[in-house]
Amino acid sequence: MVFLEFEKPLEKLYEQLEKIKQVEEEGIVDVSDTIKELENKIKNTRKEIYASLTGWQRVQLSRHPERPYTLYYINQMCRKFVELHGDRYFKDDTAIVGGLANLDGQSVVIIGHQKGVNTKMRQFRNFGMANPEGYRKALRLMKLAERFDFPVITLIDTPGAFPGLEAEERGQAEAIARNLFEMAQLKVPIVCVIIGEGASGGAIGIGLGDRVYMLENTWYSVISPESCSSILWHSWDYKERAADALKLTAEDMFNAGLIDGIIKEPTGGAHAIPDEMAKLLKRQIKKALAEVQEMPPDERIDARINKYAAMGVYERITPNPVE
Amino acid sequence: MGWFKRLKDGIQTATRNKKEAPEGLWYKCKECKETSTMKELKENFYKCPFCNHHVRIGSQDYFGLLFDGNFEELFGDLVSTDALEFVDLKPYPQRLEEAYRKTGLKDAISVAKGKVNKRPLVVAAMDFSFIGGSMGSVVGEKISLSIDHCVEEGIPLLIISKSGGARMMEASFSLMQMAKTAAKLTRLARARIPYFSLLTDPTTGGVTASYAMLGDINFSEPGALIGFAGPRVIKETIKKDLPEGFQTAEFLLEHGFLDFIVDRKDLKDRMSDLLAIFDSKSAAASAGS
Repeated sequence: MVFLEFEKPLEKLYEQLEKIKQVEEEGIVDVSDTIKELENKIKNTRKEIYASLTGWQRVQLSRHPERPYTLYYINQMCRKFVELHGDRYFKDDTAIVGGLANLDGQSVVIIGHQKGVNTKMRQFRNFGMANPEGYRKALRLMKLAERFDFPVITLIDTPGAFPGLEAEERGQAEAIARNLFEMAQLKVPIVCVIIGEGASGGAIGIGLGDRVYMLENTWYSVISPESCSSILWHSWDYKERAADALKLTAEDMFNAGLIDGIIKEPTGGAHAIPDEMAKLLKRQIKKALAEVQEMPPDERIDARINKYAAMGVYERITPNPVE
Repeated sequence: MGWFKRLKDGIQTATRNKKEAPEGLWYKCKECKETSTMKELKENFYKCPFCNHHVRIGSQDYFGLLFDGNFEELFGDLVSTDALEFVDLKPYPQRLEEAYRKTGLKDAISVAKGKVNKRPLVVAAMDFSFIGGSMGSVVGEKISLSIDHCVEEGIPLLIISKSGGARMMEASFSLMQMAKTAAKLTRLARARIPYFSLLTDPTTGGVTASYAMLGDINFSEPGALIGFAGPRVIKETIKKDLPEGFQTAEFLLEHGFLDFIVDRKDLKDRMSDLLAIFDSKSAAASAGS
């Protein structure tokens, strides 16, 4: 088990539990009551810790090494997933996966960022940082979905679009911009869920939809807390404050009216009971699809554009009479 | 009654009369280090008379360069608010106040409607001097309103981008402006109204990755820096020096992301040509008459 900084009290309790279990195995003293007591304590401590997490703690949870990623959810939620590869222009980006799937009898296209599960795979997946060909593959699959009237589901989990030399050469900005433009007017329903990290353009590049949800312990903002700290505080040491200032949690985003809902995670985070998380995720996706599938395509596109057009906070001042 | 009683309160200079171009008599070029007079620089379309370096200029300067005399400023009543109560080293309202004072502008974009060689055009031009030309809610809303105006009146749109990207102090709201502007541009496209995107030095981040790259025509000025990630970030990622000319307008033209590069002295003529070509109805009418 991997314990995060703020889970230290839990780690200690687990250590105690281990020791007592060893005593139990020796079979000399009856410790079943102590074990029960400890297990209860663990449960309560976990509840307590998870009842009031800070922004930065949620950022840490969103990056938990044991957290489930896109392919796990796809395999849990769908039967017959057929992964499709390549953008048909340049190559196949391994940081974004996608394909056709069957979601309880309904054909869908599912696309998502994919992080690696171990050191080797993390490199293979480029840590979930997509190149332009990843965004273009995603768009190709969305266009495929549109042609055959399949709804689109996207799962977002990226520390950002890859800031590399070749990414710039091949038009990272154009690829993301094009996706936003095309997703805004795609004729089929789009449901997006932030399942981990939602970093800026790299996230929104597959994140414009009729419904956008965030898992409880994820973040979504214009920049990562670390980079924000380095730019605005000129130091890497203010990431906790930056995380607070950015208001990047699911709750913040929902209160600001920028997402449509929050999907609760099991206590201890998505990685504590991954199959339970997959069930909750699937339930919300199906509910959302049912809502938006009823609308005629033109109406749905209009509603989608109007939703984004309404995002923003500003004031009107009385114009200067001279101007 | 005193002789010097102030009859009208407040600053009376119209925003359009304020200029962002460097003040003073002399201009020393950042590129070739040669010195010229401000008058020479201005007469040379704010380009260095020695090396043709295109000096960064503001929205009002572009309006002056493009429009036939008069133009009407639109949506000038929108200002930013501190919705997130954002504080880094300074509170966001303080940063805004400083930007107002320094620039005389109300945000990082100004919109104006006027005529370019007698053809109507709406121009939304960004100002780098206002918090790095960053895109927040006001920039997004002004672009959104400009699109509505262009659709209603059937007028083409030119957006002149000049921005470091999204405005961090508006965090998630500024991120959503990428989706907002791109989504609204689909309505302009559906109305078959041409959208010209002029990417000027510098255009990076969320602005490049939304409306700036979505022009029916994308073009730039010589030497302009254009990219998604900033050069410093890329350098840190790849841990190597960047090649000469990387992320310049010329680099983007070579890689297929720009239609052309225009020298600032030809900007108005080029816009005028494009407007005439897209304005096929009136072109056909004048051919028939």
